[in-house]
Amino acid sequence: MNISAKQGERFAHAGLALLLLGLLPLALGPYWLNLVGKYLAFSFVAVGIVLAWGYCGILSLGQGVFFGFGGYAMAMFLKLEASAPELPDFMVWSSVEKLPFWWEPYSSLTVTIASIFLVPIPVAFIFAYAIFRKRVSGVYFAIVTIALSMTLVVLNIGQQGETGGANGITDFSTLLGFDIINDAGKVAIYWVEVVLLLTATTLAALLLHSRFGKLLIAVRDREDRVRFSGFDTAMIKAFIFTVSAVLSSVGGAMFALQAGLVTPSLIGAVTSVELVIYAAVGGRLSVVGAVIGALLVGFMKSYLSEHFPEIWLFFLGGMFIFVVWVLPNGLADLFRKILRVKA
Amino acid sequence: MSKISRRRFMQISGSLVAAGAIPGAGLLTKSSFAAEPIKLGLLHSLTGTIAIAEAALVEAEKMAIDEINAAGGVLGRMIDPVVADGASDWPTFAEKTKQLLQRDKVAAIVGCYTSASRKAVLPVLKQSKGLLYYPTYYEGQEEDKHVIYTSQEATQSVISAIEWMAKQQGKTFFLVGSDYIYPRTCNKIAKPTVARLGGKVVGEEYAPLGHTEFSSIINKIKAAKPDWIYSTVVGGSNVAFYKQLKAAGLDGGKQKLLSTVVSENEIDGIGKENAVGYYACMGYFQSIKSPENEKFVKAIKAKYGQDRVVGDPMECAYNSVYLWKMAVEKAKSFDVDKVTAASSGIEFSAPEGKVTVHKTNHHVSKKVRIGRARADGQFDIVHESGVIEPNPFPKL
Amino acid sequence: MTFRRGNQAPRRKAVIPAAISIEETFVTFGIFVMQLFNGLSLFTILLLMALGLAIVFGLMGVINMAHGEIMAMGAYTTYLTASFIEHHLPGLMGVYLFIAILLAFAVTFAFGYVLERGFIRWFYHRPLDTLLATWGLSLILQQTYRSVFGAQEVSVPLTTWLSGAWEPTETIQLPLNRIFIVALTILVTLGVWYILHKTRWGLRARAVTQNRAMSSAVGIDTNRVDALIFALGSGLAGIAGSVFTMVGSTNPGTGQLYIVDSFIVVVFGGVASLLGTAASSFLIAQMQTALEYLMSGSMAKVAILLLVITVLYFRPNGLFASKVRA
Repeated sequence: MNISAKQGERFAHAGLALLLLGLLPLALGPYWLNLVGKYLAFSFVAVGIVLAWGYCGILSLGQGVFFGFGGYAMAMFLKLEASAPELPDFMVWSSVEKLPFWWEPYSSLTVTIASIFLVPIPVAFIFAYAIFRKRVSGVYFAIVTIALSMTLVVLNIGQQGETGGANGITDFSTLLGFDIINDAGKVAIYWVEVVLLLTATTLAALLLHSRFGKLLIAVRDREDRVRFSGFDTAMIKAFIFTVSAVLSSVGGAMFALQAGLVTPSLIGAVTSVELVIYAAVGGRLSVVGAVIGALLVGFMKSYLSEHFPEIWLFFLGGMFIFVVWVLPNGLADLFRKILRVKA
Repeated sequence: MSKISRRRFMQISGSLVAAGAIPGAGLLTKSSFAAEPIKLGLLHSLTGTIAIAEAALVEAEKMAIDEINAAGGVLGRMIDPVVADGASDWPTFAEKTKQLLQRDKVAAIVGCYTSASRKAVLPVLKQSKGLLYYPTYYEGQEEDKHVIYTSQEATQSVISAIEWMAKQQGKTFFLVGSDYIYPRTCNKIAKPTVARLGGKVVGEEYAPLGHTEFSSIINKIKAAKPDWIYSTVVGGSNVAFYKQLKAAGLDGGKQKLLSTVVSENEIDGIGKENAVGYYACMGYFQSIKSPENEKFVKAIKAKYGQDRVVGDPMECAYNSVYLWKMAVEKAKSFDVDKVTAASSGIEFSAPEGKVTVHKTNHHVSKKVRIGRARADGQFDIVHESGVIEPNPFPKL
Repeated sequence: MTFRRGNQAPRRKAVIPAAISIEETFVTFGIFVMQLFNGLSLFTILLLMALGLAIVFGLMGVINMAHGEIMAMGAYTTYLTASFIEHHLPGLMGVYLFIAILLAFAVTFAFGYVLERGFIRWFYHRPLDTLLATWGLSLILQQTYRSVFGAQEVSVPLTTWLSGAWEPTETIQLPLNRIFIVALTILVTLGVWYILHKTRWGLRARAVTQNRAMSSAVGIDTNRVDALIFALGSGLAGIAGSVFTMVGSTNPGTGQLYIVDSFIVVVFGGVASLLGTAASSFLIAQMQTALEYLMSGSMAKVAILLLVITVLYFRPNGLFASKVRA
C-alpha cells in the first residue's frame, strides 16, 4: 500500500487517539494504566523536543527544569492541601516556622494551574531569546541548559526546609478532596492527561503544517539564510523553545499526579538526557512517534527491570544504541518504511 | 495475543483481590495448595548511585530466607523472594512497591535504604495495605503503621555517640555531613546534646551529595581545631573524605573522628589503611563476639566468599526477615494487620544480641556500640551501651 | 606580613573573629597557604579530568557521554593491577601506581581505538546522535562494571610513600598524593602539547581536525588519524581515572561524577584550545576552593555554575575560542 505523507500522518494521529482512548484503557488494568499515565507524562516533553530539536535543531538538555517546575508546582498545591492547616511535614523537621512566601500562591488550584501554563512562558522566552540573540547554538546551548539544570538541582537539594531537599515532596493523596491515589482517581487523571496530550499533539501537528512550521525547518537547515531574508531567527527559536517548555511543565504536573511524588532528580541532567532519548527512539521528526517512544522506553524500563533486575541496563543501553545506529529517525521511520509512506 | 489476555486476566483478578486486601489471596491459595510458597519482596537499588551501599542488603536478606526455608519455612510455607530494583530513583521505588504489592502480591517487603526512597513508598504502602521492614539507620521523625524500623533511629546512635565522645577528650565538636535530611537531622539532635554536656560546636559543614573535594572543609576543620569531628558524610563521598583527611594529617590522632554512617562495608570501599583509627557508632559490628554472630558471619562468608565483610545495615536486613517470620508465626497468619499487631514486643536473638520491637512505636530497642577501625578493616569495640529504647520523636 | 594582612583581612575575619595571638596568625597563614595549594591541586585534577575530553570533544567534536566510563575503566584497571601485584609481586607495591597508570593508559587507548573504528566513526556526520548512542554505551559499561566488580566500591591501596603530607612548617601540611597529581598533570599536559604541536603526527592531527578534505587531498590517512586522536583522548581519560583512585571512590557510577564537570570545563574554556581548557580549569578551581571556604559547598557549586552560564552568555564560544572558528 502506498500512501502519501499527509495521509500517513493522519493515520498516525488517529491511531494514537485510538490507542490512548480505546485500546489501552480497555486492555490494561489499573496497575499498568497508571504506569502508562506516568510514561505519558514524559511524552509531553518528548513532543516538545520533537518541535524544538527535530524541527528547529535546538537540543536542550535542560527540559527537566521545566518538567520539574510543573511537577513541583502541582506537588506544592497537593502537599499544602494534604498538610493543611499545618505546615508541610518536611518544613516542620527543618524548623521552618512560616510558610515561605513563594509557597503562598500554591494554596489555590487556579493559580497553580495558571502558573504551570504561564510561568514557563516568560522564563523560557527571556532565557532563550537572550541566548539565541548571542547566537549560542548546538552543543553550547546543550551545555548551558545542562549547567542550568544542575544549578537548580543543587539549589533545590540545599534548601531542604523549603523544597523538601533530596526527598522531594511526597505523601499527598487528594486533589480538592478527590482521592487521587486509588484506582478510580488514577483512571480519572489518565483521561484528563490523554485529552491534554491529544490536544497537544494536534496543535503541534497544526503548527508544523503552518507557514511557521516551514520556517522552523528553514532555521534548522540554514539559519543564516533565514536571517538574511529578514527574519528574527532568535525570536523564532525562542518561540519554539518556549512552546516546548510549556509542554514540559504540563508533563511535569501530570507526573506529580500520576507518580504521587516529585524529586529533585526530575530536574536533573539524567532525566533531561533520557527525555531526549525518548523522542529519539520514537522519531525526532514525528509528534506521534515521540509519544510512542516515551511509552515504549517507559514500558521497557519497567518490564526489563522487573524481569532482569540485575542486568536490565544492558538491554536498555543496547536499545538506545540500536535505535540511533539503525533507525536514526526512530520508530516512526520504521513505520513509514513499512507502510511505504512517500516522503 | 495470548500473553496480553493472560495479563489482562491477572489484572482483573488482581484488582478484585487487591480490593479485599492481600491476605485474602494468601488464604485462598493456602487452602487449595498447602505448600504454595509465600512471596517476600526485596526492594533495593541494584543500579544507580545508591547501589554502592544498598545492593549488599539483598544478599543478607536472601541468606536469611534460605536459612528459614531450610528450617521448614514460615507456617509450613517456603519463602519465595521477589527482587525488585529501585534504581536509586525515588519514583521508581514507588512504582516497584506497587508492582510487589499489587501484582506479585508479596506478604511483606524488606527494603529501602535512603529515607527518600522510604518516603516515596509510604503512600503506596498505605494505599495497598503493605508492610515494609526498613533495615537502615535513619533520622527518626517518623512512625508509620505500615513500616517496622529495624535499625537504630537517630537518637539511639547520635545521643549515645555524643555522650561517649564528650567523656573521652575535650568537648569541642565539628559537624560534617552530606547535604540532605539524615545529616541535618542528626546534627539537629547533636547540637543540643553537645550543649547539655557542656561542650561546644565549633563548626557545621555540609557537602553536596556525591562531592569528592573535601580539601576546603578539611581546612575549615583545621582552623577550628575541634576535639571531635562528628561525620554524617554518606556514600561515595566518604571514600574521598577519609582519603583526604588522612592525607591532610587529620589521621585520628589529635583530632578524632566518629561517624554514624561508616560500617565495615563502607570501609571496604574507603580502603582499610585510610580508615584506621577513626570511630563509628553502630548497632552491629562484625567483630562482636557471640555464638549467634560467629554463625552469621561464617554463613555469609560461606555463601558469598571469604573476603566478604558484614556491616550494620546488612545485619539489620538479615534481622528484618527473621522479625517478619516471627511476627507471622505469632500471628499465625500472613495478614498484614495481624502481623503488624503481632510484631509488638517480638524479640529476636540477632547477631548483635537481643533486639525487641517496641510495644507501640514500630522501632526496635537495641544496644549500640562504638568501634575503632583497625588495620584489617574491622572494628575494636570500645564501648557498648545498655539497651536503648527507640524514641523517633525526641524532645530537644 | 602587612601585605598578607591587607589582602586577607576580610576572609580571616569571617573565619576567626579574634585572630590576634601569634600562634593564631601562624595557623591562619597555614590555612591560607593550604587553601592556595588546594586551588592548585583542584586545578590539576580538573585539568587532568578535562584533558581527554578537550581532545575528543574539542578537537574532534565528538560528544562522548561514555567518557566518564572510560575514566572508570582506568580506575578499575588500576584496581586490578594493584590486586595482582599485591598477591603475586608484593615487592613491586611501591611502584605499582606507575605500572597501573601505564596499563590504564594502554587499556583505555586500545579501547578508544576499537571504539572509534567500530562505533564512533559511523556517527561523524550526525554529532548529536553520538551523544545518544554513547549514552547507551555508558549504561552498558556501567552495568558491565557492576556485573564484574560488584555494585560496591572497590578499594585501591594507597602507595605507602604517597600517603601522608609534606610539612614545611608546623601549621602547613600538603598531602603528598596531591603533590604527585600536580606533578603528573603538568607532565601529561606538556606531553600532550608536545605531541600535538611538535611532532609530525600532531601536525597531521591538527590538519585533519581543521580541514579534513584538504588533509585527505594531501595524502593524510584521515581515518587512521581520527582513530588515533580518539584513542589518545581515551587514554588520557584512563590516566585520569587511574590517578583519581588516590583521592576519590571507585565504583560503577564513578564516571558519572566526572563527565558533566569535564564538559563544563572544556566548554567554558572554549573548544579546540588546550590553553583554554587549562585556563578554565584554573579559574574554576580557584573559585571553587575560595567559595567553598567562604560559603556552604552547595552554594559554592551554584555560584560557579551560574558564573559559567553567564560567561557563556557573553562569550558563546568559551573564554578562549579559537578565532578561526568563531
